[in-house]
Amino acid sequence: MALTAVFFYLFATLAVASAAMVIVAKNPVHAVLFLILVFFNAAGLFVLLNAEFLAMLLVIVYVGAVAVLFLFVVMMLDVDFAELRAGFIKNAPIGVIVGGVVLAELIALFVARGAGPVTTAVKGSPVPSGVSNTEALGLIIYTKYVFFFQAAGLILLVAMIGAIVLTLQHRKAVRRQSIPVQVARTPANAMAVVKVAPGETGMPAEPKGQG
Amino acid sequence: MTEAATYAPIYPELVLAIGAMALLMFGAFTRETDDNAQLGGWLAIVILAVAAGMILAQPAETVTVFNGAFIVDPFGRFMKLLMLAGSAFAILMSHGYFKRHRALKFELPVLILLGTVGMSMMISAGDFIALYLGVELHSLVSYVLAAIRRDDVRASEAGLKYFVLGALSSGMLLYGASLIYGFTGTTSLAGIAAAIPPGGVPSLGIIIGLVFLLAGMAFKVAAVPFHMWSPDVYEGSPTPITAFFAAAGKVAAVALLTRVVIAGFPNAVAQWQQIIVFAAIGSMLLGAFAAIGQTNLKRLMAYSSIGHVGFMLVGLAAANADGVAGILIYMAIYLAMTLGVFAVILAMRREEGMVEDIYELAGLAQTDLKMAAVLGVLLFSLAGVPPLAGFFAKWYVLAPAVKAGLGWLAIIGVLASVVSAFYYLRIIKIMFFDDPKPAFEKSDAALVFVMGASVIFTLVFVIWPGPSILDAANAAAVTLKF
Amino acid sequence: MSDWTANIWEYALWLAATVGLSLALLVGLLIIIAFLLLMDRKVWAAVQLRRGPNVVGPFGLLQSFADLLKFVLKEPVIPAGADKGVFLLAPLVTAVCALAAWAVIPLDENSWGRWVISDLNVGILYLLAISSLGVYGVIMGGWASNSKYPFMGALRSAAQMVSYEVSIGLVIITVLLCVGSLNMTAIVDAQRLGPGTMVGLPGSIFDWHWFALFPMFVVFFISALAETNRPPFDLVEAESELVAGFMVEYASTPYLLFMLGEYVAIVTMCALSAILFLGGWLPPLDIWPLNAVPGIVWFLLKVVFMFFMFAMVKAMVPRYRYDQLMRLGWKVFLPLSLIAVVVVAGFLHAFDLAP
Repeated sequence: MALTAVFFYLFATLAVASAAMVIVAKNPVHAVLFLILVFFNAAGLFVLLNAEFLAMLLVIVYVGAVAVLFLFVVMMLDVDFAELRAGFIKNAPIGVIVGGVVLAELIALFVARGAGPVTTAVKGSPVPSGVSNTEALGLIIYTKYVFFFQAAGLILLVAMIGAIVLTLQHRKAVRRQSIPVQVARTPANAMAVVKVAPGETGMPAEPKGQG
Repeated sequence: MTEAATYAPIYPELVLAIGAMALLMFGAFTRETDDNAQLGGWLAIVILAVAAGMILAQPAETVTVFNGAFIVDPFGRFMKLLMLAGSAFAILMSHGYFKRHRALKFELPVLILLGTVGMSMMISAGDFIALYLGVELHSLVSYVLAAIRRDDVRASEAGLKYFVLGALSSGMLLYGASLIYGFTGTTSLAGIAAAIPPGGVPSLGIIIGLVFLLAGMAFKVAAVPFHMWSPDVYEGSPTPITAFFAAAGKVAAVALLTRVVIAGFPNAVAQWQQIIVFAAIGSMLLGAFAAIGQTNLKRLMAYSSIGHVGFMLVGLAAANADGVAGILIYMAIYLAMTLGVFAVILAMRREEGMVEDIYELAGLAQTDLKMAAVLGVLLFSLAGVPPLAGFFAKWYVLAPAVKAGLGWLAIIGVLASVVSAFYYLRIIKIMFFDDPKPAFEKSDAALVFVMGASVIFTLVFVIWPGPSILDAANAAAVTLKF
Repeated sequence: MSDWTANIWEYALWLAATVGLSLALLVGLLIIIAFLLLMDRKVWAAVQLRRGPNVVGPFGLLQSFADLLKFVLKEPVIPAGADKGVFLLAPLVTAVCALAAWAVIPLDENSWGRWVISDLNVGILYLLAISSLGVYGVIMGGWASNSKYPFMGALRSAAQMVSYEVSIGLVIITVLLCVGSLNMTAIVDAQRLGPGTMVGLPGSIFDWHWFALFPMFVVFFISALAETNRPPFDLVEAESELVAGFMVEYASTPYLLFMLGEYVAIVTMCALSAILFLGGWLPPLDIWPLNAVPGIVWFLLKVVFMFFMFAMVKAMVPRYRYDQLMRLGWKVFLPLSLIAVVVVAGFLHAFDLAP
């Protein structure tokens, strides 16, 4: 499909270009915005692979929630751009070497020696015949992979508990609004009718201050 | 009901997971008092005991569920029992410590229970995905626990260091696993074992993947050269949590490493053996020499545990059933000794707070002879002096190595053990011959219990639990395929 | 070679058709929104016993077009300290994301086929994804203005939209459990049969999801208000606290784009409620004169009804305080919708009703 190829190169080029921009952008907020663009292009690539469910999840979870919080934090941080860049230049050679080694490894493995024979057979299409991609995913995730699915759920639970344990603190001095208590207030327990004789205040006597 | 029956092998883990969630509800819907938090701790211990009972009741056979992702065999059951014991004792020892630091939280036992589920998954992992999820579940719990005293700078630092380095190691683990998946087309250990032809040389991709995989797991067991996180984390974390890392976490990580290389790469022994031998030598030597300069007891225990992991890796390098049995025995004894030493560290408490420096132990024999005797016995045992348990631990890993033609490795092990005896004996010298410092406060009953149990185990190992543990370990070791 | 050229022509035709249909949809949508905006103001005015816009055109009908011209002809002002690129990108993001959502919204289904630009299998997820992107326009605008009120508005909005998305997602899951598909047309079709037809009635409003899932309909409606920053949840631009929130520094066409995006998002939410809960283009009673009316008419009527509800809420309910908003989202709606997912799934499973 010629059109698929066109879109593939469009998404792939944009993804790589914006990934590069994430690193070189001077302004951290711009970097995060480029990161979002990377997510988008990755979602586009997923669509081209007929994995539309993953594509949508990528957008909902990463772009819609994770990156928003990222942006949130980055905007509130007062980052010294010049200092950041100095570190970048200093550490760039190490990064290039590590990245280069990993890249060379992958190229050596997959180009020079090729993928293993079993892998090629397994690769296949993400869409089995008869069902849509989403259904196919649902059919195995709750049967064959239910163990992994539930374990992943436990991991997220731990993450949630951990976040709360490490951040939540109950300050004794802070007054809190309790809606049920407010709603349950009735005239009977909120008001008192006091007969006040002329010349008296009706209030309990206050201690005399400098007043 | 038949559907439920197929899940019988994971009932212990289900009990742990559901128990943890029930405990979470209990904590969330009751008042936040110290008493409730302690009650939660006791309930967690009960849950751990129930799970341990269910594991004991499981038949001694190898069962796999979830298409081979979860393996229940005697090896796994042995390790799980040790791991559950480690978690239970850590919770037991935590009450007094956290109460005194006014940091008692009901989430602590919940997190430990969930971490226990993760460790169970690691021990039983028959698939890379299960392996990774187990490792992550356990690691995430560990990061949080390390920093659970968030007002403490060192604890926060420990948590952060653990997190950053742990994430790196998970990355390596995943990179290796994905390479192996790419070249074998499967993530299950059985499938990988089948994909490597016996006698041949595995393809380059598998070897590179294996290296990364081992690097990631070496980080989890804190073996050289991926040990650097452990002294800082051990020192910074709250002491009961350090005990949890050193006892339970170590069991799970060693079990995982053992199962992956033995069950997943039986036809690539020559390849992984070199790496394991290297890590073993490095760990033993570093554990011996680096600990000499340490005066902080927790830091010293970190180096000591690196050394002990080195010895366990010697058993693994032997790559036979005897070696694995040695690992199991070593693990059981190491667990008992470590818990005892940490109970002593937790008992080092004066009016002004906890102390951790070894010179604070000066003259302990004159102020508290019982505690000094306990620590003395444990240290002798850690050094490997016969007839204490620690000697047998080393014996059962070094002997198979000699038999497997790794005699020189065993010699290095013996030399390292001689060097390490120096710093263990130095503490004994400080306790018995230096001028006394002020006495410590009275220990909690729980700590006394742990110390007592540990020291009795160490002393009489040769007579009573030793032979039966030996039998169990031998029976368990052969269930891993060779 | 002939294959190749034939392919090209096929693509060209397909492209032309898609672009043409999209344009038609957009133009129709924008015109409808112009009048809905007027309706919003008229309803608001009526509640407050005012007359509302009544000068431009008969009954003020052309007011929105007059506003459009005024906005477009003014000079866009960009603050000196602003991040120019992001500042101008923000309103575009808002408007484009809001309009892009309409690609998957089906208007009708009849003998001509499905009236939708792209009949995605995961239509509802696409909609959820796109509507969650609306927040970027607000954050970028608030940050790029380089000014305190806009920034605070942006922060509020980010937290608010992320919070309410969770309950919207869970409510949608309860509906999807009853449908068994993520396709928008299938969701409407699933409402042909329901509690009403089970007891022997002809297809009626009792078959639509609002009846079986009434509590979720309420949760969805309120969350939709919060998600689109409509009163009583318009803390993003709360004029008494933040002047106009993230829009303080905007003027002219960029401001117009923000307003446009906001109203398009509101209408999208109305259309989504109509599709999820009000039976889309299905007639309220499946008998002769009613089912002869074209489906799109019913669909538009339902959208207008939902918009009327939005307008009435705006006119009648006082603004929430920020902590109350968060409390409602996390402590009331989230548990409620989670429980609903469990209950609905359990009910469908127990009575073997799951599709």
